[in-house]
Amino acid sequence: MAHSDDLTRRMLLKGAAGATALAGLGMPAIVKAQSDVIRIGHLTPVTGFLGPLGEFAQMGVKLAAEEINAAGGVLGRKVELVIEDSVNPQTASAKAERLIERDKVAMIIGEISSASALAIGQVANRTKTVFINTGANSDALRGASCNPFMFHIEAANSMMVTAVGTYLKTENMIKGKKWYSLTADYAFGHDLFRVAKKFVTENGGEFIGEELVPTDATDFSPYLLKIRQAQPDIVASNLAGNQITNFIKQYAEYGLQFPITGFGFDTAVAWGAGKGNFSGIWPLIWHHMVDTPSSKKFVEAFTKKYGKPPENQCWGDYNSLKIVAQSFTEIKAADPQKLAEHLRKGAKFDILKSREGYFRAYDNQMVQEMYAVRAKDSDKMKDQWDIYDPLGSVPSPNEDLEVLAPPKDGTCKMQA
Amino acid sequence: MAFVFLLEQVLNGLLVGAYYLLIALGLSLIFSLGGIVNLSHGAFYAVGAYLAVTLTSRIGFAGAFVASPLLVALLGVVIERLLFRRFYRSDPILSLLLTFGLAMIIEQSLRIIFGAAPLPFSIPTALRGQVFLGSFIYPRYRLIIFGVALAAVIATWFLVYRTAFGRVVRAGVQNPDMVGALGISLQPYMTAIAALGIGLAGLAGVLLAPISGVHPAMGAEILTAAFVVVVIGGLGSFWGVIAAAALVGVVRGLTIYVFPPAGEASMYLLMALVLLLRPRGLLGERIQKFE
Repeated sequence: MAHSDDLTRRMLLKGAAGATALAGLGMPAIVKAQSDVIRIGHLTPVTGFLGPLGEFAQMGVKLAAEEINAAGGVLGRKVELVIEDSVNPQTASAKAERLIERDKVAMIIGEISSASALAIGQVANRTKTVFINTGANSDALRGASCNPFMFHIEAANSMMVTAVGTYLKTENMIKGKKWYSLTADYAFGHDLFRVAKKFVTENGGEFIGEELVPTDATDFSPYLLKIRQAQPDIVASNLAGNQITNFIKQYAEYGLQFPITGFGFDTAVAWGAGKGNFSGIWPLIWHHMVDTPSSKKFVEAFTKKYGKPPENQCWGDYNSLKIVAQSFTEIKAADPQKLAEHLRKGAKFDILKSREGYFRAYDNQMVQEMYAVRAKDSDKMKDQWDIYDPLGSVPSPNEDLEVLAPPKDGTCKMQA
Repeated sequence: MAFVFLLEQVLNGLLVGAYYLLIALGLSLIFSLGGIVNLSHGAFYAVGAYLAVTLTSRIGFAGAFVASPLLVALLGVVIERLLFRRFYRSDPILSLLLTFGLAMIIEQSLRIIFGAAPLPFSIPTALRGQVFLGSFIYPRYRLIIFGVALAAVIATWFLVYRTAFGRVVRAGVQNPDMVGALGISLQPYMTAIAALGIGLAGLAGVLLAPISGVHPAMGAEILTAAFVVVVIGGLGSFWGVIAAAALVGVVRGLTIYVFPPAGEASMYLLMALVLLLRPRGLLGERIQKFE
């Protein structure tokens, strides 16, 4: 009797465990193969909490492939994408190997999670295949974990911090101010908070609260009450993905008036918050209002194809494929080794910004301009995509681009 | 002074408990009557939220608030008739697999139709703002959620404990064979309870859409907490689920006040503790068919 009583309770517990597993399940792969084409692997999470960004990444890279093929392809061959969901570091690693060994891709573009990017980077290094990271921010990828075949078009955490920090300084929001931060409790958040805290304290700010928030938290109300109790001057987010959406919605709900800023940000999470909820100053690697001819052309083509403006994640994957196509044309071969050499030699590329970008040989980081934006009042929004005003770019036009790049602290040792 | 802030967290925890309750109550109802461990419960919550977003732009939030739970309940009727019904008497592992699959199908369907990115949705202007009680702050909208949850609980209680319908349902929970022997077919009752439970999940979806991200995985995010509440409360116990929801809300709030990184872990610890000290759950009943 007691036995079956026990059984049902165990079933319910299993249910709880199953519910947890549900969040992490992946979708099957999409693989198509043909000969006489240049195959490019695209590997990024489209399920899980980074899924929304991964979807934008796929849109960006597909548009780039279409444009390249419409213009006659590369070296007379069509570009063919092999698109996969990277799911988690183990799957990412296995799929990267399969893309290289079985699908014979010329190189790999993608990733958003720093842990998965590290896994793919290791495969890339071992197989001597170029991997361009389009979404992972951890500084460690550009430091101790760097390797000659892993390139980063995405900004490092320290670049995000410096980009937004520059504007926070001019807005007089750092010096002598009391800061209260909420940080996503995993590797990305810890890394971001470390860099952010260094920047803020070096510039005369002080942290009166540093809270870690579990990634599965959906209700922020206890944190908001603590912030209200602490009465800080600035509230800073080092949160990630959907966490930011929940946080800014509930921050508005509780009516807290302390100015918000954040060091990590993607437009999608603010688009998803809804009218009257988004506030503060935030950094971006690129946004759809960047006013350059190539940027406008991209935004127009993207909006025509997908019916909405491109999110910043689209930018990285779109440009990476364009960079690869241009490089293959310039070196007259679809050769991974030569591609790595070419990129590491500092070839310059139009990346839809006012100045060209290049990968620096020290850590393979794309050296480039970045942006900060300020949330718009909801009554001034033209449509649901019009949520912020550009504050400008960093570094300023007369400064060397390298001032924004991570410090060359010697942690990155490229093997020959 | 610190006491005041602690008290504020306790009261806020009760508000948070109200929305754990909305989801857990339906889960508990469906499990009690049919023995179905409904892993797709979170997915119905997500469907409720997406319906709220879609309908609000057409018929306004008030309309969506009424229509979405009803539509989700209707979906519950279909699911019960076509699927759940076949699994009441079989090994619970089968219904577990069934609802696990159902949850994935619903989540991926939402992803295919609406995309993976969160949909923008806000609290209607009329319901925005905060209420100050002394130095305590409460968003008006959360008080409304609390009120609706309270009303839903009272209505469910009345239905289950004060009507002829409820008597049959409770008898069915205790001994379905005896109910059958008395010439009462349990099937329509099963359908009604599934519709009610799933409809409550839909109601929670509508209520929470304005204050949390509306994205395909939102159901999976909240389902685990709902299961924890049901386990702590005790199987088949109406009051147990209510007590557990309040307890989880308060314990989580206090944990975040003292040691934020353990905020979400606190509810699992609480569950482990309850299971160790009182394996039946807080107010779990002995249910004959599970003995």
